[in-house]
Amino acid sequence: MIEFKDFVFYVLSLVLITSGLSVITSRNPVTAALSLVLAFFNAAGIWLLLQAEFLAIALVLVYVGAVMVLFLFVVMMLDINLDKLKEGFWDYLPMAGFIGALMMVEMIMVFNTKQFNLLPITEPISNTSNTEMIGNTLYSNYVLPFELASVVLLIAIVSAIALTLRDRKDSKKINAADQVAVKREDRVRLVQMKSEEKYIKPKTKERK
Amino acid sequence: MIGLSHYLILAAILFTISVVGIFLNRKNIIILLMSIELMLLAVNINFIAFSHYLNDIAGQIFVFFILTVAAAESAIGLAIIVLIFRNTRSINVDDLNRLNG
Repeated sequence: MIEFKDFVFYVLSLVLITSGLSVITSRNPVTAALSLVLAFFNAAGIWLLLQAEFLAIALVLVYVGAVMVLFLFVVMMLDINLDKLKEGFWDYLPMAGFIGALMMVEMIMVFNTKQFNLLPITEPISNTSNTEMIGNTLYSNYVLPFELASVVLLIAIVSAIALTLRDRKDSKKINAADQVAVKREDRVRLVQMKSEEKYIKPKTKERK
Repeated sequence: MIGLSHYLILAAILFTISVVGIFLNRKNIIILLMSIELMLLAVNINFIAFSHYLNDIAGQIFVFFILTVAAAESAIGLAIIVLIFRNTRSINVDDLNRLNG
């Protein structure tokens, strides 16, 4: 008799692998992005089975809610020629399939040994909740990496904005370097010419 | 009973799928980025499985940091893709040979 928890694991991992395959084989990037959303969702379910509740919710919020929406934005914003991008898909398939199968068989052989076949822990780790444990560890032992993570996010914000920022075409911005580098010859032009008669003011008659 | 090796094998299969995806979709930068995300997900499953079965919270802290870095990486990567598309009107990897000299 198969346990309910095992059944849930098998269903989640089956959908996870299927959606992963769909990500790499779909013709349309939008389909790939949506399959990736499904994959992240099922991974969150698997993390819940492993009692990592905080990270499961964080995965759904951060990835499905933010990163994948960003992906979909970019995919739908760009006008891509799909046929060009799919070139060579079948040419590389035998080689890629061979290397992938080799990697998978090797890894499964390693992970099937009895050193890795630990049994699940029956008693709970402690009485505190998962979120509380993560918080306690994060703010005590890992506080410096936590601060560094905030710097990484700040750099990501600044660079993403700086990379995609575009000037308005009608902006009246002045370039200070150009203004400083200007020389007299660039602006002033001296012209040598004869004075023309008709523009000379006629002399007033002298009184006798 | 589901043991640790079940989760590790699942993560290995997912990792292999994403490696094959990088091989197959080598023209399309967006699918390449998605494959990298899938790869990081497989690694995260490994970390959380070990954290659960070895009764150590440090694995979950690591996953937290990996999520942070992955989000930053995909944001910058997508910004670069938008920039590439603006300049070359395509996201084909073959068109990215400006540094060829």
